[in-house]
Amino acid sequence: MKITQQATDTSLTLNLDGELDASSSVILDTELSKPEVLDYQKILIDCQRLNYISSAGLGVFISHLQRLQDANVKLIFYNMQEKVHNVFEILGLDSLMTIVPTQAEAVAI
Amino acid sequence: MKKDIRISCSRENLKVVRDFVNDYLATYNLSELQLNQIILAVDEVVANLIIHANGEDESRSLCLSINFVNHAVDIDIEDSSPISYRPSTFREPDMNEHVRLGKKGGVGMALVNRIMDSVEFTTSGTYNVCRLHKRVS
Repeated sequence: MKITQQATDTSLTLNLDGELDASSSVILDTELSKPEVLDYQKILIDCQRLNYISSAGLGVFISHLQRLQDANVKLIFYNMQEKVHNVFEILGLDSLMTIVPTQAEAVAI
Repeated sequence: MKKDIRISCSRENLKVVRDFVNDYLATYNLSELQLNQIILAVDEVVANLIIHANGEDESRSLCLSINFVNHAVDIDIEDSSPISYRPSTFREPDMNEHVRLGKKGGVGMALVNRIMDSVEFTTSGTYNVCRLHKRVS
């Protein structure tokens, strides 16, 4: 798993590249645990190159969602592959998290 | 085609197991979603065995065998941990509660149970087998 990021004044974009499993998800958890994450209005997760996610990867997002919401920071996923979206759907997370098709839609929220 | 694999109990071998299942099933024309779901179910069980049952002790190992017959996939995952999973302890997760409490874990077996048609755990002494079964279209 490789994570690159871009920041603007109001948003932080994390580009996920690879597979999020019980071995690699700690890298993402480290990024989302940084205090400065709460300085942004939006955390955008670009999933275009996210090829796989297991419960460990989902758990990282689940564990940070309330903290972000409490700080009025929106967590928005975009460019998600169908097979990855399907894993969110199996647990009903697609209705608890904001997932949009494109970057333009993510930026517009 | 090789139908079984033995790995040591390291998280880094999760990718090895996923690739093995993917390579085995590649010739059976499963949909991308079905293939990913089966790989995910196996990954979840193997991760639990590596991390929780065997404490990531790399001197320990587990064996996975896979078979595709009559439009169905059967996967056996064997280990010899003294700690065996008890399905009776499973509770359906409340995802709103998980979000509210910021829980990281506790949803892996829900994924396995929702994906596979049957999930069985058997134990004889310290020999444990998890048997996964799924019919595919």
